[in-house]
Amino acid sequence: MPTVTLLSALPRAQELSTLLPGRLPTTLGAQEIVPATTFVPGPFLLAPLLIALPLLGALVLLLAGRRSDRWGAWFGVLMSAGAFVVALVVFFSMLGLPADERVVDHRLFDWIAVGGLDVGVGLRLDPLSMTFVLLVTFVGTLIHVYAVAYMEHDPDKRRFFAYLNLFVAAMLLLVLADSYLVLFVGWEGVGLASYLLIGFWNHERANAVAAKKAFIMNRVGDLGLIVALMLMFAGFGAVDFATVFADAPEVGAGLLTATGLALLVAACGKSAQFPLQAWLGDAMAGPTPVSALIHAATMVTAGVYLVVRSAPIYEGSPTAQLVVVVVGAVTLLFGAIVGCAKDDIKKVLAASTMSQIGYMMLAAGLGPIGYAFAIFHLVTHGFFKAGMFLGAGSVMHGMEDGVDMRRFGALSRYMKVTWVTFGLGWLAILGIPPFSGFWSKDKIIEAAFVPVDGQEWRAWVFGGVALLGAGITAFYMSRLFFMTFHGRARWNDGSGNPTGTSPTDGPVRHPHESPALMTAPMIVLAVGSAALGGLLAFGNVFVDWLSPVTGHAEHAEPVLPVWSLITATLVLVLLGVLLAWRQFAVAPVPIVPPRGSVLTRAARQDLYQDQVNEAVLMRPGQYLTRFLVYGDRQMVDGGWMGLAGLVGATGEKLRGMQNGFVRSYAATMLAGLIVIVAVVLAVTTGTGS
Amino acid sequence: MELTNYLVLAAVLFTIGATTVLLRRNAIIVFMGIELMLNATNLTFVTFARMHGDLHGQVIAFFVMVVAAAEVVVGLAIIVAIFRTRRSASVDDVNLLKN
Repeated sequence: MPTVTLLSALPRAQELSTLLPGRLPTTLGAQEIVPATTFVPGPFLLAPLLIALPLLGALVLLLAGRRSDRWGAWFGVLMSAGAFVVALVVFFSMLGLPADERVVDHRLFDWIAVGGLDVGVGLRLDPLSMTFVLLVTFVGTLIHVYAVAYMEHDPDKRRFFAYLNLFVAAMLLLVLADSYLVLFVGWEGVGLASYLLIGFWNHERANAVAAKKAFIMNRVGDLGLIVALMLMFAGFGAVDFATVFADAPEVGAGLLTATGLALLVAACGKSAQFPLQAWLGDAMAGPTPVSALIHAATMVTAGVYLVVRSAPIYEGSPTAQLVVVVVGAVTLLFGAIVGCAKDDIKKVLAASTMSQIGYMMLAAGLGPIGYAFAIFHLVTHGFFKAGMFLGAGSVMHGMEDGVDMRRFGALSRYMKVTWVTFGLGWLAILGIPPFSGFWSKDKIIEAAFVPVDGQEWRAWVFGGVALLGAGITAFYMSRLFFMTFHGRARWNDGSGNPTGTSPTDGPVRHPHESPALMTAPMIVLAVGSAALGGLLAFGNVFVDWLSPVTGHAEHAEPVLPVWSLITATLVLVLLGVLLAWRQFAVAPVPIVPPRGSVLTRAARQDLYQDQVNEAVLMRPGQYLTRFLVYGDRQMVDGGWMGLAGLVGATGEKLRGMQNGFVRSYAATMLAGLIVIVAVVLAVTTGTGS
Repeated sequence: MELTNYLVLAAVLFTIGATTVLLRRNAIIVFMGIELMLNATNLTFVTFARMHGDLHGQVIAFFVMVVAAAEVVVGLAIIVAIFRTRRSASVDDVNLLKN
């Protein structure tokens, strides 16, 4: 039987490769996803090094302890950079293969083989995982370099780099895994590393609490992944991608929907999507390079990866897809609204990440038409958001760790490089052509306007939300940019204010540009923010590159003509920028935040997300716990303690009989004897004998 | 002669012996009560042996006598030892082993 399938499969593969040389203007459905081959080309054998190098870095730095303090930071950078070099080697050898041979399962070793379940540890090397690997290692390495300067005076710098390396290694394992179980290991590793890094300065209570919050909310999401694993084991009898995806079209829609929703819960936890978004803002408690790493390359992108990777499961369940789109749309608006009200520069960026990931989720829920753009936006976002976070870190570096934007202003004069690089990131996230964001975000808006299954309401609702989100994004990002770099200086320059241009209250600041070690990664990322989108969109390169994984989308028309959508987006974006310019660059920005409208006040409180969580989940949970503890004490413990007390008290009473008087004992014996005789008599006469 | 009379006598003797054991404090008198009870039992055994016409009861009566003799030896020795240390033969004074 195996030989027959092999023989019948072989000519078909050859046929495909000869019939489809390169790109074909095809209208193939999503079923054209290329199945994985198990033949591993030579350079691909290097792939385990991708994970091993950063992991080795983490191990060495953690085990060597204080001895490695002197060279630890650069060793961490070296390991991360080494992983990037390996990634390049694998990437170029993959480019050398024809498109339908680019999906490779590289099995490393057997792991769990019990009964019907056989899980091995292996790597799936395909365009999707390689995209992530390149992004993670490249941006990750830049952040490592930046952190060398940023953390220069921290006594625990070495430990910081050990955690950074661990973070990168876990993320690489996550994206390279060839089964959901191995993915889960990376998934947990990312959660652990984020916990360690968010709470890196855990001598302050707030930071430790933020780390704990992130970890616990992620655990909620992890539960979804565990449920999904169980469902797969029950429904498919396997948890590896190859089997699950091959069998997905054959199992029932109910199972696919349940699995899809469970995976979505997992994705929501990791990617900070509604309703598990509350941890992201507090995660800013970590050092800024960590924020950049979490928001750009690792962690939050994992949810999008999971959804796109699980495409065959979602393809079979329109319900799950709809839920993904709704979650994306809600988060998109949620993040955008919160971003408009925050005064903490890092929290605005965090809200913006949430919103941008919402765009990716929305796209990922649209099906084959959106997968490629979700990943495309993820890549461009990885560049511009990392650039902006590093920029924010640079601003904080120059402002003695101040984060309140109401105390910034006019910094463009003092930090030229930061200003320019941040500006490029700002233009990219706005979606101004020809910067990166335009190429990816605009495509998502366009895809959102395409009716799914002929349902026009979906096109209007989700397209409208995406369009509106672009406008709000433009407003709050411009607000951040103008409040920080333009307008009047609102910090105390310590000069006693002879000219009357800056306030004399508040801590004294001496803004200055950051060292070259920090600005260099920012410049690289800014170049990426400016040019990468255009390069990858040129000739549809990126979409074609991903097509072995995401399939070819059928060409579909949006409900409005494309040119009008682009125009509408640009008009909304420009309106947002203008509004922000008038309010935050031309008009003076009050140092004390005005009371604001109901919505502003709500947004400052993150739309009461913590209050809602506490009221709906935490407090009932506490009451339940208290009730159970009370019940345990009173009923269970009480019962047993009562019984023990009874026995004890009886013993105490009986003890009195041991009085030491021989005659008393003799009387007892006699009484006992009489009782026994009486009983014997009663029994013998009773039975008639 | 009615054999039942022996049984009644044995019962009366046993009761007197038991009452002596329970009520008297002097160890020697208590001992005598015990001897009285043992001999009441012996009388019962012998009477029943006679009633049933076999020797089992009489044999057991000898056993009881032997055991009683041994018991008297040990018991009197203990009483003498107690009297030497505590200058008293009252059983109520020998309650040091409680608790």
